[in-house]
Amino acid sequence: MPTVLPTYAIDQSEVLHVDAAGTRSAATKGQTPITTVRPMVTKQPTGEVTQPVKIRAKNVDFFYGDNQVLHNVSLDIPEKSVTAFIGPSGCGKSTFLRMLNRMNDIIDGTRHTGDVLLEGSDVYAPSVDVVLLRKRVGMVFQKSTPFPKSIFENIAYGPRVAGLRNKAKLNEIVETSLKRAALWDEVKDRLNGSAMALSGGQQQRLCIARTLATDPDVVLMDEPASALDPASTARVEDLIFELKKNYTIVIVTHNMQQAARVSQRTAFFFQGVLVETGDTRALFTNPTEKQTEDYITGRFG
Amino acid sequence: MSDQHIEYAALLKRRHRISTCFEWVCRIATGSALLFLAVLLAGVIWQAWGWLDIEFLTGFDSRRPGKAGLLAGLWGTSWLILFTAIFTVPMGVGAALYLEEYATDNRFTRLIKLNLSNLAGVPSIVYGMLGVTAFVRMFGMISAADGWTLAVSLGFGTLEIPLPLGRCLLAGSFTLSLLILPVVIIASQEALRAVPPSIRHASYALGATEWQTIRYQVLPAAIPGIATGVILALSRAMGETAPLIVVGAMSYVAFTPGNLDTPMQAVQDPQRVLDAPFDVFTSITIQITNWIEQPKEEFQNLAAAGSLVLLILLVVFNATAIVIRNRAQKKISW
Amino acid sequence: MSTASASSSDVTLSRATSSLHRSASLVRLKEWGIRSLLFLCAAVSILTTLGIVAVLFSNAIYDVSPRQVSPNGEVRTNEAFFQQVSLTEFVTETRWTPGYTEKHFGIMPLVCGTLMVSGIAALIGLPIGLCSAIYLSEYAARRTRSIFKPVLEILAGIPTVVYGYFALVFVTPYVLKPIFQDFLGFDVGVFNAASAGIVVGIMIIPMISSLSEDVLRSVPRSLREAAYALGSTRFDVSTRVVVPAALSGIIASFLLAISRAIGETMAVTIAAGQTAIVTSDPLNSVATMTSYIVNVSKGDAVIGSIEEKSIYAVGLTLFLMTLVMNIISQFVLRRFREVYH
Repeated sequence: MPTVLPTYAIDQSEVLHVDAAGTRSAATKGQTPITTVRPMVTKQPTGEVTQPVKIRAKNVDFFYGDNQVLHNVSLDIPEKSVTAFIGPSGCGKSTFLRMLNRMNDIIDGTRHTGDVLLEGSDVYAPSVDVVLLRKRVGMVFQKSTPFPKSIFENIAYGPRVAGLRNKAKLNEIVETSLKRAALWDEVKDRLNGSAMALSGGQQQRLCIARTLATDPDVVLMDEPASALDPASTARVEDLIFELKKNYTIVIVTHNMQQAARVSQRTAFFFQGVLVETGDTRALFTNPTEKQTEDYITGRFG
Repeated sequence: MSDQHIEYAALLKRRHRISTCFEWVCRIATGSALLFLAVLLAGVIWQAWGWLDIEFLTGFDSRRPGKAGLLAGLWGTSWLILFTAIFTVPMGVGAALYLEEYATDNRFTRLIKLNLSNLAGVPSIVYGMLGVTAFVRMFGMISAADGWTLAVSLGFGTLEIPLPLGRCLLAGSFTLSLLILPVVIIASQEALRAVPPSIRHASYALGATEWQTIRYQVLPAAIPGIATGVILALSRAMGETAPLIVVGAMSYVAFTPGNLDTPMQAVQDPQRVLDAPFDVFTSITIQITNWIEQPKEEFQNLAAAGSLVLLILLVVFNATAIVIRNRAQKKISW
Repeated sequence: MSTASASSSDVTLSRATSSLHRSASLVRLKEWGIRSLLFLCAAVSILTTLGIVAVLFSNAIYDVSPRQVSPNGEVRTNEAFFQQVSLTEFVTETRWTPGYTEKHFGIMPLVCGTLMVSGIAALIGLPIGLCSAIYLSEYAARRTRSIFKPVLEILAGIPTVVYGYFALVFVTPYVLKPIFQDFLGFDVGVFNAASAGIVVGIMIIPMISSLSEDVLRSVPRSLREAAYALGSTRFDVSTRVVVPAALSGIIASFLLAISRAIGETMAVTIAAGQTAIVTSDPLNSVATMTSYIVNVSKGDAVIGSIEEKSIYAVGLTLFLMTLVMNIISQFVLRRFREVYH
């Protein structure tokens, strides 16, 4: 007697498309799915209307060579708040994050379809200057990546390449950036010391400070705390919470507690598909999708 | 705020221009290598045109440019490379086997490894000075004036070994061997390292001894890599000039080592083969140098023709190495 | 009955165990012999170094047992170079005339000639080599690289005598003469340091390019990404992040290349001539350490004469200069690799 085994493979012809508001609609591959993104508003649990949309992705597919890693992702990211991307490793959340400031451009053999809009304008339009885009949409990586230079030079790098020569202004930027990244008190006496000599947690905050120094609107963070010890993680999380007052923050994390702690909105990715997105508290307490529930209750991933 | 943005945008344009300019500078720098190569080859071919003919390849050097040929150099270089290969291959592979398969990481092993990388950087002319003292004069242990000859009678002829060796072909080969030995050892080490340890473990698990494992498993797997390294090293030896001059190669010679002009003579008169290693010699590179230094204009064309022959030989050598490498990559896939 | 069977099985067992113990068999002797033979092969490289040092030392610094030699009937002692010439003269004297009747032994002209040729070579080879390394590592697509890498390998494989020929027959008459003599009015010699320097510069391009490219490639990708994410152009990333991060390795590759230029012989001998004078004119003939050794070897210097001994003093100087540069650069490269691997 042949038994039909349950399968988790997603049928490509019936990808479930979940739009920003959480309504489900069936999207068939090859045919433009319905993209009724709600007007530039998201709802908080209190029911009050809050931030406008900063970044909007519409029907994004992404390929490494012939390998499709993102399937028809559509998502809104509200301004001045923290949006978390969660999902098992290899689900495409980092790839999607890297699309937002076109970091994938520097990898050979990648291509995409669909649109990513920053404040309504397409970041992949031919007229877009990637250098300018990346200045506005900064990024912090999983592994802290201080340049082998002094702390001061690390922070001053962005403004310097942008053409700032004024020493007083540079000093000011370095100080404000380090203060915003809550690192100033620890390093103010050794700004000319090597950045490589800092501890892992300090290095990561240095990288955040370095990003802030370029004066971005959006800060993308790719698992910024995954390589840190709990104390450093807590500091980075506090920092993220602080930063959302001035910046739009998107954070990729494999740590669901972290997502719950720092973010207002959460998007769950699975096998290249954006399964569900919504208010963080709602998503964690009352997920609409079976897959989301399985993931957050630890049944896989 | 918006002023800043405008300023940034204006600067950004300039930064992009600088970046593009820089890219072109780097591109041109890389392209110039191609240009140099093209000009060099074109120049050599242009000068050699009409001079590289059959008489050039089969004739001996002459004071008259029209009659001068490369035969002595061709035979000299062939003998040199043959003997260099005979000495270097077993010694280089042996040393690499010892360092990779036997040696433990002790002070002596580290000394050998450090020494190898330093030897690879010693100027070739210094090897010539070693060669002339150690091989040609044998450290002056036997003075050239009252030197003697060691005669070994073989069935088909007599091997006459002069002591000290003097400015003979064998001394040149010894010198070139020492010169390329570090290169061969390092290349062989890399080839041996590329053989996965699992092969060795499997062989040991079947009860094979160390040498059996090396002889039947490791060495066969590493042979393509070793062969590639050896051929490249030999092509370097083929292009060497300075050490041979110091060792005492003849710049003008009108006969081949052992008077062996055609391969047939090796069979007809084996004694010539036995004489060749102890005869005086010249090489393609030495002949080229000699022609370059001649005042008559036509000799420059001969130098170009000689260079062209040398380059063609090198291309053949390198092509062989590439073919071996590609074949091995196709066959073995771990 | 039962005891017998037990004891017989005991015997087999003990036999099996004993065969695991070492025994001085023929196989083991063979293994030992092979191992020793291979060890000797490895020791040859040490012997080579010892040989080089011994030859240079005994002929240049101190001969343990100088012999009486009688070239041309004139009897004298075959002493080492520095047993006959003081180190002070060697270092401070500005004339080098071992072959003349009035003999002076100051290494300075030869060192100057060597430095001039290597300096010109560095001026040409270092920037071109580094730029092409940056291009190959930061800009070029895989396909472009697969075209340029073999070109560089071919350039590296061309015998130096061909480079010398190229310098003498093409660079001097078709490049230097039109520019410096016909256009700027300087006097360009048939043999000159510039033409030799130019071809030696071309010769070291592949070396710098491939060594520096390796070094640049070992700078972690994450640093490049971080720089791009801060709004950098490719120029910013290359010159402000990647090159500074790889600087020590790049300098090491420069040192190796300059050491190679210093030891380069044939191109220099053919194109630069053999005038051993201290000069600052790159358009005239100079002698280098290497070309001096070649010219004495080609000539008919009497074995044991001071002229013949002088090549060992020059050789020793050359050996020490290149050795120091090689050791420094290898040390720096090893340190660099430790940082990034």
